[in-house]
Amino acid sequence: MRYLPLSDEDRAAMLAVIGAKSIDDLYVDVPAEARLKGLVDLPLKQGELQVERALRALAEKNIPARRATFFIGAGAYRHHVPASVDHLIQRSEFLTTYTPYQPEIAQGTLQALYEFQTQVAMLTGMEVANASMYDGSTAAAEAALMAARVTKRAKVIFSGGVHPHYVATARTHCAPVGVEVIALDPAIDGEAAVIDALAGDVAAVVVQSPNAFGTVSDLAPIAAAAHAQGALLISTFTEVVSLGLIEPPGAMGADIVAGEGQSIGNALAYGGPYVGLFATREKFIRQMPGRLCGETLDADGKRGFVLTLSTREQHIRREKATSNICTNAGLCTMAFTIHMTLLGAAGLERLARLNHETAIRLADALAGVKGVEVLTERFFNEFAIRTPKAAQAVIDALLAKGVMGGVAYSRLAPGMDDVVLVCATETNTDDDIAHYARVLGEVLG
Amino acid sequence: MSVETTSGSRGLLQRVDLIFEDGDPRRTGVDLPAPKGVSKLGALERKAPLEIPGLKEPEALRHYVRLSQRNYAIDLGLFPLGSCTMKHNPRLNEKVVRLEGFADLHPLQPTETTQGALELMDQLAHWLLTLTGMAGVALSPKAGAHGEFCGMLAIRAALEARGELDKRRRVLAPVSAHGTNPSTAVAAGFIVDEVGADARGRVDLEAFKKHLGDDVAAVMLTNPNTCGLFEPDVKAIADLVHAAGGYFYCDGANYNAIVGRVRPGDLGVDAMHINLHKTFSTPHGGGGPGAGPVVFSEALARFAPAPKIVKAGDRFDLIEANEPGHVGRMCAFHGQMGMYVRALAYMMSHGADGLRQVAEDAVLNANYLLARLKPHFNAPFGDGPCMHEALFDDSNLRTHGVETIDIAKALLDEGYHPMTTYFPLVVHGAMLVEPTETESKAELDRFADVMIALAKRAKGNDAASFKAQPRLAPMRRLDETRAARQPKLRWKPEAAARAAE
Repeated sequence: MRYLPLSDEDRAAMLAVIGAKSIDDLYVDVPAEARLKGLVDLPLKQGELQVERALRALAEKNIPARRATFFIGAGAYRHHVPASVDHLIQRSEFLTTYTPYQPEIAQGTLQALYEFQTQVAMLTGMEVANASMYDGSTAAAEAALMAARVTKRAKVIFSGGVHPHYVATARTHCAPVGVEVIALDPAIDGEAAVIDALAGDVAAVVVQSPNAFGTVSDLAPIAAAAHAQGALLISTFTEVVSLGLIEPPGAMGADIVAGEGQSIGNALAYGGPYVGLFATREKFIRQMPGRLCGETLDADGKRGFVLTLSTREQHIRREKATSNICTNAGLCTMAFTIHMTLLGAAGLERLARLNHETAIRLADALAGVKGVEVLTERFFNEFAIRTPKAAQAVIDALLAKGVMGGVAYSRLAPGMDDVVLVCATETNTDDDIAHYARVLGEVLG
Repeated sequence: MSVETTSGSRGLLQRVDLIFEDGDPRRTGVDLPAPKGVSKLGALERKAPLEIPGLKEPEALRHYVRLSQRNYAIDLGLFPLGSCTMKHNPRLNEKVVRLEGFADLHPLQPTETTQGALELMDQLAHWLLTLTGMAGVALSPKAGAHGEFCGMLAIRAALEARGELDKRRRVLAPVSAHGTNPSTAVAAGFIVDEVGADARGRVDLEAFKKHLGDDVAAVMLTNPNTCGLFEPDVKAIADLVHAAGGYFYCDGANYNAIVGRVRPGDLGVDAMHINLHKTFSTPHGGGGPGAGPVVFSEALARFAPAPKIVKAGDRFDLIEANEPGHVGRMCAFHGQMGMYVRALAYMMSHGADGLRQVAEDAVLNANYLLARLKPHFNAPFGDGPCMHEALFDDSNLRTHGVETIDIAKALLDEGYHPMTTYFPLVVHGAMLVEPTETESKAELDRFADVMIALAKRAKGNDAASFKAQPRLAPMRRLDETRAARQPKLRWKPEAAARAAE
């Protein structure tokens, strides 16, 4: 087998050194009744050609986004990623290394993490960021748990604009430790509604901007209201490119920012792996989950980087850890930081403006379709529309004509059966937009 | 022997500054058309300019290639980190995951357009269930620790369905457990009760029996355990916890030692996560992304979280809504698809026969190193065979002033990544060596020769020179205490940094 270097002669020689008659001697501790006699009932080994052929056949049963007129967002976004990003993350030294436990021979990963943390802090307008979480949804859930630790309160309110998958994920992570998740009713422009739900026993309010319906909100009044009650403001987002254009949550008073970074550097990949971004204020760092990289000096006084503040973490603190997380998003973090470095502030702002303008053109075109109403007023690159027919039926009819026109909100959560979430990015052309509007007219006509 | 240069580079090791020192926020390495200046955002637009520096493409390539050359990697040499399983990462897996049909697929596309992806997930599930002899699977957990959490939540859901959640609060875990086990049990709302080890590095069965009671929810056990040993009483432990009304969570971090030879389902396991990045070779990527599918016994399978894949005739469907009483959604969307593709490519390449050989060669390689090194390093449980990793400690070196960390740092100069150090915690000065099955005998012999030479050097009262190592790595020993005492977690412009001090 091509991945196994030992020959039968090697195996025999090694068993002799060990003093074992056969490999079975090394499995003596396994109870006799649990030792498999033969092979499990699965296919036998195959060459590279055969495996590639089989997997290609599966890939070809899918219709990738490129082969449709494509306008789906709702938590994952199709952007152009420069070729050099994927080239660099496939370098052996990044791809096939481990968590940087031996910093003297892992400065590549560590310096990249330090740069990543700084980029994320700058982007979100926060003081510090960690080395990443699994994805945006688990980052938001960890933020809710962190707020409960910081405030010693056990109730977290989610606005009706937070992505339903994020709310569900937070519930899963919060309920077992007695942190109550209160989700307000879905509302297109609903972030400010959390203000009325605030009370003295609330650990945090969680808002999303741009929210699941695309609405961009001013978080400052929400932050003020939360702080007046001793609660934290957690701000989440699913589309990180928006931060190239909109006021960052840190500048509006957010205490924790936890969102999805997939849009920068990472493919859609049917939902993962992605990269969770997590940033907060300096005074909360010892309550943060996840890996942190910090600057230090080596024995010669040279600047270097190490994983630090690990006394928060499971491998040291065990049952008192801030989280059970061990890994970060590793290679997805590398992809993010490389793409971010290629963009720089100037490139990100331009990319964000292009997204915004493309979405405005799409909204104008769809608003011109009879019976369609654009529901989101202040959006970045996605918005909600109301259709005169059931949203899922519209999506299905569009697909029959080669258009992936968005997501029916009802696929994410019950209710709002006539609402479609639509997204445009820099990958959409004016022809795509005209085509979508025309086909939508046919479908509804 | 430190040589200072004017450039800051040292031969092939090129100087690399931070992007914040080299770059400029007005510079970009991406060409985009000029926007027209239309906006709906008004006062919600960013007020202060963003300061993230950019690099042009050639500059960015150099920056990251230079950084990469400061990293050790499996493709460079043996990476014997015990319990982490640094094995070869086949490049076929990287090729197929980048096929447009997998990479350019949105998680919320209509399922008519993602039938191949759903079929792949179904096949992966079939391989995992067949290999482990279990009844159900949740693919979506994002990493091993997330899978543990999902497994413990399934136990929680089952206890709730039985109306016993309020009374069963205790989770038993051996002192040798990975830190994630106690941390996960607490995250799932349980109380941890540690069970001691016996003199052979295994769970003390008599002590375990005393911990059992009608308030026990589960036992969390790593098998093979963190000392690299198979728990011979595993079946008895399973039967005892079941008889006491609890469940058996198995930490599958070390499943690579038994894949294809032992099915956890035959050992009485109720839930086990599988680190796809360990047993099934998906790349570790400098700390992730992982993937932690969980397999379940008959008793727990029905509590698995959405999304679930169901087959109706020739068509695959995705159930995305959660059912009450089941484990809730673990994350947005369907988990780590990119890792599923790689893992399935690996499984298909090896097949049923190859996977069994994977386990056998991993165990053979570890035992070979155990046999060669045990005359020179103390092996606390070295009387019998180990599984996929061999455990040593520094007890016979400490008297000469040399500790585990010194052996580790000396290995850096010899061109090796060290073994796992100071874990498991139950052995003082532990050195846990996991060679994996993808090393040749010649490579193992070279490593063993180096280790033996280091042991001899240590016993030759050479402590001072050990303490000065590494000398040849890109950096000398880094001051971790300083990093933790004065945390500096981001770059700041010089003026701001000075003002903060």
